[in-house]
Amino acid sequence: MAKITGKIVAITGNAAVAQGMRQINPDVVAAYPITPQTDIAEEFATFVADGLVDTEYIAVESEHSAMSACLGAAAAGARVMTATSSQGLALMWEILYIASGMRFPIVMTNVNRCLSAPINIHCDHSDSMGARDSGWIQIYSESAQEAYDNIIQAVRIGEDEKVRLPVMVNMDGFIVSHSIERVELLEDESVKNFVGEYKPSFSLLDVEHPVTFGPFDGLGGFYFEHKLAQIEAMERSREVILRIGREFGALSGREYGFFEKYRLDDAEVAVIVLNSAAGTSKHTVDMMRREGHPVGVLKLRIFRPFPTRELCEALRHLRAVAVLDRATSPGTTGPLFGEVKAALYDLGKRPLVVNFIYGLGGREFKPEHIRCAFEALLEISKKGKVEKPLDYLGLKEVEVIS
Amino acid sequence: MKEWRAEKLMPGALIPLGGTARWYKTGSWRSEHPVWNEETCKQCLICWIYCPDGAIKVKEGKVIGIDYDYCKGCGICEVECPPEAIKMAEGGEPDG
Repeated sequence: MAKITGKIVAITGNAAVAQGMRQINPDVVAAYPITPQTDIAEEFATFVADGLVDTEYIAVESEHSAMSACLGAAAAGARVMTATSSQGLALMWEILYIASGMRFPIVMTNVNRCLSAPINIHCDHSDSMGARDSGWIQIYSESAQEAYDNIIQAVRIGEDEKVRLPVMVNMDGFIVSHSIERVELLEDESVKNFVGEYKPSFSLLDVEHPVTFGPFDGLGGFYFEHKLAQIEAMERSREVILRIGREFGALSGREYGFFEKYRLDDAEVAVIVLNSAAGTSKHTVDMMRREGHPVGVLKLRIFRPFPTRELCEALRHLRAVAVLDRATSPGTTGPLFGEVKAALYDLGKRPLVVNFIYGLGGREFKPEHIRCAFEALLEISKKGKVEKPLDYLGLKEVEVIS
Repeated sequence: MKEWRAEKLMPGALIPLGGTARWYKTGSWRSEHPVWNEETCKQCLICWIYCPDGAIKVKEGKVIGIDYDYCKGCGICEVECPPEAIKMAEGGEPDG
């Protein structure tokens, strides 16, 4: 059992994130409420009202404005945080690219929720997957504890001089955001020391050294080269993510890497998952292991930058892999599947890969569904070929009303 | 192919100077140019209020001409001028 370094509390994922934000004590928070993120904005606003933080809280009229206000504050040299979900993240979309393009280390919690239509407020990963190309580092969290741990690390990762990129920390809407869990909170002082003081490279408010933020950079300019600089910063973040994960481990007893392997090294088949479904998957693995099945789990934590090399190393010994996507891209496979399959292509001897879409719009995802995936994998492993590359877990029978 | 050196660029395309727009002479975008008639001008300064680019030159409270370095030739001054003392003319002249 890891050493306990802080206080053990029973709180929701949203409350855990709000507590983390309180301890980080950012200079500016600009946020707009949206289910299931609302509690984060609400609880943090309470901390501001109660004088527990020094944060300037900007109540805005939309998420487009929230992210825009974050940009302005970041240009002024502030440490900035926000939180959103689903339609809110979609409304921020154009500003997400500006945040990463201007190299502002804004830290945002995204509480994963599907996108309308039909209208639905429950969990899937369509929101963050839609923003996967926006130049933000993306971290996924299985539990309230991980969401809390991840936002504290995100501040250090994004602000690192080698990186200077915005970071999005994801957790599952309702499943994690609204479920009460055991969470170990670090001491306020420990978090304060861990995140340190933000030293921006430039500040709009430094009138002694005036600078121009966000200039035009057209055909005769260097847009392409600036994008390459951004790509290189994302590449450099790999080493920083691992370093901060180790440092956080030394502080908390909970070390983090690109992913977590669960009974994977001696497995023959495995599933790859993001966020809370990892818990269900591990539970199912324990059950099936008792029955003698060689099954395992790889829980991906870092989706951007995508840990291609490390993932290949972790998966190369397997006979078959199922990638579980809680998002779709109509017309092709799930987004995570596409990336995992592409990563494995360069291996000479590689596992067979299949895609399962699950849990859209918060559809329940149970051990029996994971078992279905594992049984399909064991069959593929036996036959040595994939007959159905894409399938769906947990669909309901539809009764036709005439 | 030239060697790529990211460190030569400022992060986020930042320019380590202020007020750089003054060096970006947008007058070259113009396809029509305003011609100001000092004789018929009533010095009401409505053109100065409406000009979106601040391209009406004013000295001691009086219009003294057009700043062709920045005038984009939108023609708002012509539309707004009560005594019709500003008329748009073909081409981007007079600064070539």
